[in-house]
Amino acid sequence: MDKGPFVCTGCALLCDDIAVELQDNRVTRVDTACRKGVSRMKGCVSPMPCTVDGKTVDENVAIREAARILKEARHPLVFGHGNSTLEAQQKAIELARKLGAHIDDTSSFCQGPLVEAILNNKIPTCTLDEVRHMADVIIFWGADPSHSHPRHLSMYSYFPRGKQRQRGWEEDRTAIIIDVRKSDTAVICGDKLYEIPVGADPDFMNALLNALSNKVPKTPFNMDPKRILELANILKKAEFGVVFAGLGMVYSLDSLDPLFSLMDKLNETSKFHLIPMVGQYNMRGFDHTLFRETGHINRVYFRGEEIEHGPQQSVIELISNDIIDAAMIIGSDPLASLPGPIAKKLAKIPLITIDPCENLTSRRSKVTIPSALSGVECDGTAIRMDGVEVVLKQIIETNKLTDEKIIARIMEEI
Amino acid sequence: MSNLMGIYQLLPKTNCKKCGKATCMAFAVDLLARKISIEDCPPLKEEKYLSGYEKLKELITPADNVTETGFLVHEDKCIGCGNCVVACPVNVVGDPEGTGSGRAPSNDKVILYIRDGIVRPVNIHECRRFGHNKTLCYACIDTCPTKAIEFV
Repeated sequence: MDKGPFVCTGCALLCDDIAVELQDNRVTRVDTACRKGVSRMKGCVSPMPCTVDGKTVDENVAIREAARILKEARHPLVFGHGNSTLEAQQKAIELARKLGAHIDDTSSFCQGPLVEAILNNKIPTCTLDEVRHMADVIIFWGADPSHSHPRHLSMYSYFPRGKQRQRGWEEDRTAIIIDVRKSDTAVICGDKLYEIPVGADPDFMNALLNALSNKVPKTPFNMDPKRILELANILKKAEFGVVFAGLGMVYSLDSLDPLFSLMDKLNETSKFHLIPMVGQYNMRGFDHTLFRETGHINRVYFRGEEIEHGPQQSVIELISNDIIDAAMIIGSDPLASLPGPIAKKLAKIPLITIDPCENLTSRRSKVTIPSALSGVECDGTAIRMDGVEVVLKQIIETNKLTDEKIIARIMEEI
Repeated sequence: MSNLMGIYQLLPKTNCKKCGKATCMAFAVDLLARKISIEDCPPLKEEKYLSGYEKLKELITPADNVTETGFLVHEDKCIGCGNCVVACPVNVVGDPEGTGSGRAPSNDKVILYIRDGIVRPVNIHECRRFGHNKTLCYACIDTCPTKAIEFV
């Protein structure tokens, strides 16, 4: 067995410097990982049983039943993917193609628009290693990495000494927070907090654009123009700037045009990049894989030979318009994360859950198939939040099947 | 994070001297430094001061794990982000390629490291707050997002 260091799959940072101690094929101690990572690597508190209609069954029976449900459905949906390896995601796309199914992932209501813009080269991006070595101005926009990605600031973006940032955070880096509240990240980043009202991100982008063009920046929420001009000056002088875009920013933009104009303007005078704050460890991986296969990052319907794509193919629209009649959920908990009325509708159709741990969706599923915990019980590859491919290592032995193998077996049955 | 006036406000403020101290303020000073415990104030358990007692119980964590420099980690608050580990000047000097660059410790010269998602002190005599030439270094406190580190 590999001695490490191992990769943590707790979030999309994929920290690759984790040491573990094992006892009786269980992880008993985890070094360097944050709390989120430790709880992921130590395994599920309540592992998911293998069931059909709530009764414990053999894996083969569950797989046969899952295949039957998917085969009989007219509009099956394959959803989730954010907590699976690239190999499993590839297989899930193959399955959806074979079934003529709808396929979507959590990026549909998460960071999808930004990842799409990056893959279509509409926004300049960079890697987290470049951020560590070069970034001097870091903007956290609608993001609170202290909670979503606890090691973000310490490992890459703010505190570490880099090749061109030898004096570290106190002298060499400036962190700016644009948020609707004083988050815990804002507390440690000093006075550079720009507090804006909920949904005012496009207005603030326009004001910043004016300030960068040496005009008086006006905002509907009356922020002191001097402060915005001060911010514009910091941004103009940046040698290597990076914007970490959180869900706060994505949710308040109806279209990405204000962001595109801002990034273009920033890149006229200095160098600015954008990295989306992806949550699940391999959500970006799914977007890359599907983009390579179909030209779209999510919301795809394999209708025979044709591929349909659009907002009407998103998981939310499919459920609220009663289009789908069966769903396979891989490594996700949509009943807990989707809005109440939509979750209720989803709970009424036959569900198949593939996941290592029990969750709300698995408890309401017709078929549950437990899988190996990726990055702990099985290896594979994943794509980090900045688009870099990371190899995951296996830490402990298990007799559970991997997501990839389960999907392959279901395909065989079909 | 506890402060002197905050603690004093929760005490009976009667200067009854039952604890052996001259005033309630003197009691508050010793309580902040963890020299005595809240149980040493007899009137605090009376009914009219009970709300203060409950609040103080949350505020004043027992100093069992406190190091010689007074470094105390509130384990229920620490999220293991490692900001303190990377920002600590002693870690940066002793381990520039490892913790100083945001990675796992690469040698045993570090004084802070993360185990099981919680920061742990080690080699505490190397801390800037230790010994005759000690300085009031705040690197680990200022960088903590959840205020889990305290010097008592």
